[in-house]
Amino acid sequence: MVRLIAFLVGLFFSGMLLLGLGDTVITAIKEPAVPSVEAEFHEETLPVKFAHDGPLGKYDRGQLQRGLKVYSEVCAACHSLKLVSFRDFAALGYSEEQVKALAKAWKTEVPSINPETGEPATRPAIPADKIPSPFANEVAARAANNNALPPDLSLITKAREGGPAYVYSLLLGYRDQAGYKNEEGKELLKEFPEAATPAGLHFNPWFANLNIAMAAPLAADDQVTYDDGTKATKAQMAEDVSAFLTWAAEPKMENRKSAGWAALGFLLVFTVLAWMSYKTIWADKKH
Amino acid sequence: MSFPWAQEYKPQGTVSKWVDERLPLPRLVYNAVGAGYPVPRNLNYFWNFGVLAGVALVIQIVTGIVLAMHYYASVDGAFNSVEHIMRDVNSGWFVRYAHMNGASFFFIVVYIHIFRGLFYGSYKAPREMIWLLGVTIFLLMMATAFMGYVLPWGQMSFWGAQVITGFFSAIPLVGEPLRQLLLGGFAPDQAALNRFFSLHYLLPFVIAGVIILHIWALHIPGSSNPTGVSVKGEQDTVPFHPYYTAKDGFGLGIFLIFFVAVTFFAPNMLGHPDNYIPANPLSTPAHIVPEWYFLPFYAILKAFTVDFGIPFTGIIIIPAKLMGVLAMFGSILLLFFLPWLDTSPVRSGHYRPLFRKFFWYGLIPSLAILTYCGGKPPYTQWVVLSQLAAAYYFAHFLIILPIVSRIERPLPLPNSITEAVTGKPLPAAA
Repeated sequence: MVRLIAFLVGLFFSGMLLLGLGDTVITAIKEPAVPSVEAEFHEETLPVKFAHDGPLGKYDRGQLQRGLKVYSEVCAACHSLKLVSFRDFAALGYSEEQVKALAKAWKTEVPSINPETGEPATRPAIPADKIPSPFANEVAARAANNNALPPDLSLITKAREGGPAYVYSLLLGYRDQAGYKNEEGKELLKEFPEAATPAGLHFNPWFANLNIAMAAPLAADDQVTYDDGTKATKAQMAEDVSAFLTWAAEPKMENRKSAGWAALGFLLVFTVLAWMSYKTIWADKKH
Repeated sequence: MSFPWAQEYKPQGTVSKWVDERLPLPRLVYNAVGAGYPVPRNLNYFWNFGVLAGVALVIQIVTGIVLAMHYYASVDGAFNSVEHIMRDVNSGWFVRYAHMNGASFFFIVVYIHIFRGLFYGSYKAPREMIWLLGVTIFLLMMATAFMGYVLPWGQMSFWGAQVITGFFSAIPLVGEPLRQLLLGGFAPDQAALNRFFSLHYLLPFVIAGVIILHIWALHIPGSSNPTGVSVKGEQDTVPFHPYYTAKDGFGLGIFLIFFVAVTFFAPNMLGHPDNYIPANPLSTPAHIVPEWYFLPFYAILKAFTVDFGIPFTGIIIIPAKLMGVLAMFGSILLLFFLPWLDTSPVRSGHYRPLFRKFFWYGLIPSLAILTYCGGKPPYTQWVVLSQLAAAYYFAHFLIILPIVSRIERPLPLPNSITEAVTGKPLPAAA
């Protein structure tokens, strides 16, 4: 009885699936899928290497400091970094005094209240504060940005496929849409005339739907003046800020990797010992 | 149970004698996983995975309890509390990554454990009860993992909860009220998060309880073995301790090396980037996909594309969506009937030439295809492939297995485990 019911259920499910298969194939032949503009023109991330790549990689402190400078002078005008505190910047190689100075000099102040009147006010940041957001709330952020919401950057390298390489590619990915061709030589506006970038958006083939609300933030070389004398080319700034945002998303990466090696070393010894005791105990037993 | 030759627990010291007379817990452990449990001598490495699954559960419970000390189940605070754990709690990043990847590794070892049972016929008499309890554990694990994934309240958490609880709304009449009852509201919100947290904390202990039953049931007939031939005498077995404790120790080392390598060097490899975006009920992610261990079932759900009805009348009896939901649950529930679908008296796939072909060239590829297609967007080629693979999956268990067990001519079995191991027939006296 169980087998008869099972047989009928199996016949029903498999039959419906095969019917569905036929239906899918017929539909696909009758109405072949039209390739989308995203499928044809969205680009994979640009090749870029970081000091922190790989199981042995460590952050390049100089690069993180340069990246912080790019963030604070360029990105921070619109993008918050809510999960990072000023005190965390000690990990970038700054002294306690420098962190205090950085916090105090930060362009946006921390929301507070006037201690005498109780009215809303602001005060300069201290190391214990999280990085203050450029906009008071989402409505203010949208109002200032043509109704687009600049995402918080604290986790951006973990929240996008491709991570730091995605951020790097996006920052350098602004192109002139007129006459733009992909690697196969197809011209976007000829293939998809309706995909012309709407007003207020900016063409960037590294962005998921090719049109991003953010205008190219790195407009020219030397937009930021680096303290260590590194030439601030656009590619250099993009790389540095991508490294900085990787650190912001994963501040414990170096602890993680070094603990990982210690754990692997311990387990290697443990496994060899376990294997030897296994062989010794089973020596007289054929199995 | 036990075989008559099982070693008996003999407390030596005064204290252990005193304890044994009052609460013989050491005796229980001795008989369960000590020298008092005789085990077939020919178990291969696939028999390590039961112990490994137990270890994985312990890792999940220990790391989970620590996480719960710092986690805050609130739609406004959950996401940030996880980031607080990652950034500010001492070694919190380790505990959280271990828990996150521990779930994946728990499923990896449990899947290998299940496939071991499927290939070697571990579900057959007299071990049906072990199998039934095992499928129950699997179902509980899936519920626990799903609710755990909702807790960080990222985009995939929220939309995963939305989609999975949406399955229930496919059920006619009671579906929508049932869904609201599960969520405590019309959409995943504070009420849902609270109850998911509560249940996510409860279910692992329920799993631990069912595991005790699973092991209890195992100790009635004793462990199966790769030949599937029953134990005939003392020469066929070795005491669990030290023989299999040593072998499991080695297996554990290898397992932990893989676990540590992923946890410390590629902790987000098995996750989805969208879950690092805080949940936003107003913005649907482009592709909602569950965690990898649910992908085969997700593919089955999506593979049903035509309604079942009376042709040319437009009358629909079972809409495609409901059928997908039924099939998805059915694909797991059918495992409960497996001991009665496969009627071959031979347990091990080694001695079943036809079964073996369907297992390796049918079942395993179809599940691999379903896992792959489950994570893909619904383009024609992936839909077609998953329809083919899902059709095979149901046919394999419900149609092919019963027929194969009837028509197959198994290879000759060894006379005993010892003979299979040593290649020599037993002396007549033994």
